[in-house]
Amino acid sequence: MTNVPHTASLKRPNSQLMWKILYFVALFATCGGFYAATESADYIWRWNRIPRYFYYVEDVEVRAEIEGLVTAIHQKADESVVVVEGDGESEHYTFPGKDLMVEDGDDIEMGDVLGTYKEGQMGLLVDGLIATIEISAISIVLGILVGLFTGLARISTNPFFRWSAITYIEIIRGTPLLVQIMIWYFVLGTLINQMLDRLNLFQIPELWFGILSLVIFAGAYVAEIVRAGIQSINKGQMEAARSLGMTKTVAMIKIILPQAFKRILPPLAGQFISLIKDSSLLGVIAIRELTKATREAVTTSLMPYELWFVCGIMYLVVTFSLSMFVQYLEKRSAEA
Amino acid sequence: MIDVQNVYKTFFVPHEIQALHDVSYHVDPAEVVVVIGPSGSGKSTFLRCLNRLEHAESGHIMIDGTDVLDPKTNINKVRMEVGMVFQSFNLFPHLTVLENVVVGQTSVRKRGKKEATEKAMTLLNKVGIHAKADNYPAQLSGGQQQRVAIARALAMEPKVMLFDEPTSALDPEMVGEVLDVMKTLAQEGMTMVVVTHEMGFAREVADQVVFMDEGKIIEVGNPEHFFTNPENERTKLFLSQIL
Repeated sequence: MTNVPHTASLKRPNSQLMWKILYFVALFATCGGFYAATESADYIWRWNRIPRYFYYVEDVEVRAEIEGLVTAIHQKADESVVVVEGDGESEHYTFPGKDLMVEDGDDIEMGDVLGTYKEGQMGLLVDGLIATIEISAISIVLGILVGLFTGLARISTNPFFRWSAITYIEIIRGTPLLVQIMIWYFVLGTLINQMLDRLNLFQIPELWFGILSLVIFAGAYVAEIVRAGIQSINKGQMEAARSLGMTKTVAMIKIILPQAFKRILPPLAGQFISLIKDSSLLGVIAIRELTKATREAVTTSLMPYELWFVCGIMYLVVTFSLSMFVQYLEKRSAEA
Repeated sequence: MIDVQNVYKTFFVPHEIQALHDVSYHVDPAEVVVVIGPSGSGKSTFLRCLNRLEHAESGHIMIDGTDVLDPKTNINKVRMEVGMVFQSFNLFPHLTVLENVVVGQTSVRKRGKKEATEKAMTLLNKVGIHAKADNYPAQLSGGQQQRVAIARALAMEPKVMLFDEPTSALDPEMVGEVLDVMKTLAQEGMTMVVVTHEMGFAREVADQVVFMDEGKIIEVGNPEHFFTNPENERTKLFLSQIL
């Protein structure tokens, strides 16, 4: 009897080893084939020029803002202070390093360079990535709030709330996000800002119309996640809570939502991952997130192959680490 | 304590069915009533109508002088006085045993946390689960969960307790511990309506036994009469099948 599973377990890895080898062969063939194609098209790879889009060192010049004499120079271990006096004014210029361009007693014109120092700067792609993450994080937080209330309205017995929620959800889920972004920016954005202008009020920056479009978009999907989460809780829970004399609202807050939230968490994180990818569309309304930043870098550098790959990999790193986190959450909530 | 007059209830889903047909009944304070009958006879519906978990469409249901079916009645006030125990326990899985017994007291009875916890511990002690107060329901056996559910209902200090097949979902060896708690309650003078298939419990504890079939009350009597000398043919048939 013990022989049967034994032979089976001997046979399986062998047959699967073939497929595993085939996988790697196919992977290398694809990459190699692609590389060969770019070679034959005379594309010159310049990977060494990619790091500057992440981090670069810039020379910063410190310039005088008044006319006068250099009356004192103090140099400490890691910073320099130049004092300029003239016309009853006196200015202190402090900057790191010891790279001075003037001496004590020098005549200084306005705008003269007093010294220089080097400063590390975040590159274009990192700026874009930070913008992408910020926009997505704000959108998902607000989207969850919108979705929570819409989801509750969706399962309400009150027809006003229920129909409103259904209308909202169906419109948003039935139209492309790109179209929604265009409408927010070119139609609603223009209208709203014109009206604010007429009332002599502030103007809303375009970034917020971009975020708003993502919030409304995510809200509709979150609403369906919330609805499914609440409806997945056994009917007996609501009955038990109500039979203790709890009102519907108290039962929802104390009994149903805490349980539903646990189940909602993994799909919510999945929605967040989608949102990060969807935020790439905001480039069309001049918001400089990762995709738009990459496009700008491509225009100035003429390195489309490297930059677009790097852009894709950056999205992949963010979404993949998030989905790992989601798996961890799912495992934990399965244990609880 | 409970007065039911000419109650009708129809279900339309999944198909139209007359669940209760002109049901009238009266329960005195401290009385223990056991409702028996074949499945689909309307006994659970009858019980669930008493605290309006099911909304009867006509008739009157008076609990301690308040008409449950009157739209002006604050049903949550009535439910505070009517404890309910379910077949599937329905403990709150995200709360500990202690919190299960506390949550109703603090959010409905508006008791302080300390008072509610003391009350909860007393009740858990009474049903014999005090050692598991900090465990979660999933870590308890079915019998223990049902005893916690009874403590949860008692914490509201109800005047009436409703039991909807409290032992049907239990392994046979756990039925006894739950029935013992219920017997103690009955001896202490709690007004109880119990839907059950436990004929031993009915015989031993019930003041009145009600037999229901096809949405109607067919026969009412004390256990003595009921189990030795039933009059109705359908009662006889039912008893012969289960005894």
